[in-house]
Amino acid sequence: MANVPGDLKYTREHEWAKREGDRVRVGITHFAQEQLGDVVFVELPKVGAKVTAHQAFGVVESVKAVSDLFAPISGEIVEANAELPQKPETVNKDPYGKGWMILVKPSNAAELDQLLTARQYEEFVAQGGH
Amino acid sequence: MANRYIANTSAEQREMLRTIGAASIEDLLTKIPPKARLSRPLALAPALSETDLIRHLRALAATNADADRYVCFQGAGSYDHYVPSPINHMISRGEFFTAYTPYQPEASQGTLRTIYEYQTMIAELTGMDVANASIYDGASSLAEAALMAHAATERMEVVLARGVNPLYRRVVATYCDGPGIRLRDVAAPDGVLDADAARKLVGKKTAALIVQSPNFYGCLEDIAAAAELAHAAGALLIVVADPVNLGVLEAPGRLGADIVVGEGQGLGVPMSFGGPNLGVFAAKNELVRRIPGRLVGVTVDADGQRGFVLTLQTREQHIRRAKATSNICTNVALCALMATVYMALLGKQGLQRVGELSAAKAHYAAEQLTKLPGVTLRFPSPFFKEFTLRLPKSPATVMSRLARKHILPGVPLRPFDRTLGDCLLVAVTEQRTREEIDAFAAALAEVVR
Repeated sequence: MANVPGDLKYTREHEWAKREGDRVRVGITHFAQEQLGDVVFVELPKVGAKVTAHQAFGVVESVKAVSDLFAPISGEIVEANAELPQKPETVNKDPYGKGWMILVKPSNAAELDQLLTARQYEEFVAQGGH
Repeated sequence: MANRYIANTSAEQREMLRTIGAASIEDLLTKIPPKARLSRPLALAPALSETDLIRHLRALAATNADADRYVCFQGAGSYDHYVPSPINHMISRGEFFTAYTPYQPEASQGTLRTIYEYQTMIAELTGMDVANASIYDGASSLAEAALMAHAATERMEVVLARGVNPLYRRVVATYCDGPGIRLRDVAAPDGVLDADAARKLVGKKTAALIVQSPNFYGCLEDIAAAAELAHAAGALLIVVADPVNLGVLEAPGRLGADIVVGEGQGLGVPMSFGGPNLGVFAAKNELVRRIPGRLVGVTVDADGQRGFVLTLQTREQHIRRAKATSNICTNVALCALMATVYMALLGKQGLQRVGELSAAKAHYAAEQLTKLPGVTLRFPSPFFKEFTLRLPKSPATVMSRLARKHILPGVPLRPFDRTLGDCLLVAVTEQRTREEIDAFAAALAEVVR
């Protein structure tokens, strides 16, 4: 069922985090985009903004709902996916690739270790994902 | 006829009491502590018969100085533009004339369509991408625009030109108090925004620069220059405009405005002693998800037919109310309908004609009035249909003397700005005739002589 890449870390709010050198890339999971349905709008923070782990950094709006996006890690935004405002459907098409949302320079990289592993996230989703 | 003006009869009251098992209305009130209750009947005069009541109300109404019986040069935000008679017939239709606006798409395609047409016309007039279904009045539209700019830019200051209607500025201050947005005023020594002073105040903290054109004093602002100034600092430009003027004046959107708001009363809505009014609100597409209030969109139904629905308000009103940046959930649908009928009736050329006539008559009036000794234009800046006169006699005296001749000469500015205590704000619409303007000048001549 679920498409959960093994090399990523996950939150219980259905974001993924991927270490890329000293940066962390963040997006939402395949399960999340499937639950949301067609994504019609994504609101992301500006470059330079600070985000805090477990707190909202943006908003994703689908035909069904409007949901907060939660940061897996604290730090500073070094890049936000500039393609999403014009092509929000990318989140549905390629959630782990072109549908990424923010690139963060973490203030405490150790926070990554507190996130769910792929296996833990799969179990979490199997239990309903709430 | 004891219950002449109350819908239910004593028999019906008795039946209702019997149904719920109460002996009397008094029985329903026993839980209220006696000291919180009035122990005697209200000191009301006995009910009048309907004919006596109408006579009484007409006599009361006749003590008003209204624009039907007085020649009106009052403005300052509410204008005596002509209200074409089809408007009243249209809005009186039962489908429209309800106490509450029905929005369910399955039952209200007619209402939703008129709102959609209203939005389309306002968007075109203002040069914006999208307009909402309306807000209460110009003042609340402006306050909502300030909040929206704050939410969109995440900045904490709003810079207001002194030429913005002082009553609007007070409403903005009320709305901005909660979020802690700091308001900064820019002086208008020549009646328009002091660009040098504005440049010093507009900066990295500025969410928006707000200008009104024509402004409260009647003067035309340089909107393009204000836009450049705001945008250079990464701030939004909010323009307060009177849509009636936009048949002649350039659409603020084409001059760089990001949000256009204003009082739409002039579009076929009677002055009604100050309300209900029509809050116009329009913005650029980038801001569409932050637009407050109702928004009607066009879509297709399951059979592929065109239909109208409320749209894009998931956050503000339904799902995420805790995170909403505005709590306004209503509009003034009937006034918006008046404006829709007005704009449809007049069309492009009609609206242009209203603007041309108003401006031409205002300039004629200014010319005649400033021929009088000691009567001058207070500001050197160009004006449109309204101008600020400096008088050699107290404006309050002028008001009361001219009122005796059934002329309302304008709005004395002292209550709004102490430095303008000798000034009168005069508005001239397309309704004023040359005879009326000449009579005004002649009457003023007697007072200032």
